[in-house]
Amino acid sequence: MSQDSPIFKTATELSADLTAGKISSVELTQAMIERVEKVDEKVHAFLHLDQEDALAQAKASDERRSKGECLSPLDGIPVGLKDVISVKDQPLTAASKILENYRSPYDATVTVKLKQAGAVIAGRLNLDEFAMGSSTENSAYGPTRNPWDLERVPGGSSGGSSAAVAAREVPLSLGSDTGGSIRQPASLCGVVGMKPTYGMVSRYGLAAFASSLDQIGPFSTTVEDAALLLETISGHDPLDSTSFPKEIPSYSGELKKPAQPGVIGLPKEFFGPGMDDEVRARVEQTIEHYRSLGYQTKEVSLPSTDLSIPVYYVIATAEASSNLARYDGIRYTSRSNRAQNAIDVYAKSRGEGFGSEVKRRCLLGAYGLSSGYYDAYYLRAQKARTLIRQDFERVFKEVDAVLTPTAPTPAFKFGEKSEDPISMYLSDIFTISTNLAGLPGISVPCGFTRSGLPVGMQLIGQAFEESSLLNIAHAYDRDHLHGRQAPNL
Amino acid sequence: MSEDAPMDIDYVANLARIELSDEEKTTYQRQLGDVLKYFEKLQELEVDGVEPTAHAFPRHNVWDQDESKQGFSASEALKNAPQSRQDQVVVPKVIEE
Repeated sequence: MSQDSPIFKTATELSADLTAGKISSVELTQAMIERVEKVDEKVHAFLHLDQEDALAQAKASDERRSKGECLSPLDGIPVGLKDVISVKDQPLTAASKILENYRSPYDATVTVKLKQAGAVIAGRLNLDEFAMGSSTENSAYGPTRNPWDLERVPGGSSGGSSAAVAAREVPLSLGSDTGGSIRQPASLCGVVGMKPTYGMVSRYGLAAFASSLDQIGPFSTTVEDAALLLETISGHDPLDSTSFPKEIPSYSGELKKPAQPGVIGLPKEFFGPGMDDEVRARVEQTIEHYRSLGYQTKEVSLPSTDLSIPVYYVIATAEASSNLARYDGIRYTSRSNRAQNAIDVYAKSRGEGFGSEVKRRCLLGAYGLSSGYYDAYYLRAQKARTLIRQDFERVFKEVDAVLTPTAPTPAFKFGEKSEDPISMYLSDIFTISTNLAGLPGISVPCGFTRSGLPVGMQLIGQAFEESSLLNIAHAYDRDHLHGRQAPNL
Repeated sequence: MSEDAPMDIDYVANLARIELSDEEKTTYQRQLGDVLKYFEKLQELEVDGVEPTAHAFPRHNVWDQDESKQGFSASEALKNAPQSRQDQVVVPKVIEE
């Protein structure tokens, strides 16, 4: 396929082409559908694509545009959604068997915002069941494959969202991030992925995993596109009591203003042993580039970092065991036909409907909350969470952003970690503390290994300072644009 | 902690309302034992006087306007129910005869 094909363009370029009349939304959406038909057999990023519905949205966009009623820069541009975000009358499986036949009765707030912006909502993307995992191997509908090496995982849990953008099936997608589920797959697939500050994006209509940690965020090939999608989905929502009443600036507009190079913190705990040599080398080159742009770098310390994995798994599993109690075989999930009484309906439907990682986490969460263990696990973890948060508060008195690798290794092979929960949990070691502290984080592609696997760096910003974080990320990205390199498929 | 008090997998499975096969019980007992051992770091931590964090940016007293809004009709609300009849969800009998 020619590199001039619309599927290789960024959303920002496509927006300009739509405005200039060089392409219509129907043509663009048709090109996207053809790309999915060509490559998704190999990648398996999509769980569902309603072609007729996508083309109808595209046609409506073209009609609006011809009347001069274009709604936003995203009008007519396809956006894929992780299969945990509700779109009225569309399926939502959360990659679980228990929601096999479910259809959303309402739109998530991010869906409403995308519709108001005129975006073409195109397809449901694969994930680890209920967003629990780091490889997309936990999907009940089969794994997604990394477009850069089909023998390797795309990361997770939003592996379908990252792979779909990397494979150029959609220019933009949304994922959700509870402990790194946007940033880690973005890193492993060589695209941009951002988790906003907790409370910036409404969680209404997102199938909950761990409510105090979950945030929806964008995937794209450039930081510029991430800014465009983030400003579209952000903002206070009365339907989510944890959403924050903040004015949302035009992040993409802010990127065009010249930014003063600031101070970047390098936490020594994140550069210790256990990191792949090539990841270390790429990240060090990135740091050099920032220095060449006039940024100061400074070693900082986040001493509670080694607590982040145990704290996260106690808190996230506790919240998950409560949140997933709703999948009970009564109101809207499949029901076991072996059930004889009410308790049976719960236990048998859940036993049949949940996959092994979801069961493991519900059991762990129920244990951590149970009588006699609550103080030792859950309460203690919440106190340790305070220490992790305070580490960042201290560091942000001295620096504008913190730079780390996104993941300790490039994409790993299928089966490599799936039998060992702890080794899988450790692949989120660099991303988890950001969620515990509620801070925004972005993964930006920073090159490739010798064998051609993408590497990502992570920038962590101050709470509600998305604009500054995007500016720092953009300063590197616009000079390299690693995310614009497409894999051969 | 995990050594003195191994997880009682039947008790926890009942709390979580998840039916497990014997094979699953053996696997989870072992895997969760390993995970709990890994969590021991937390038990060594000095947390006296540290306030717990439930939310990174807690908000208090979030109220909505007290006005009626259109909700789902019974048929919309029951669309995903595995079994329904006369605008209601059908469940097994919960009262003994």
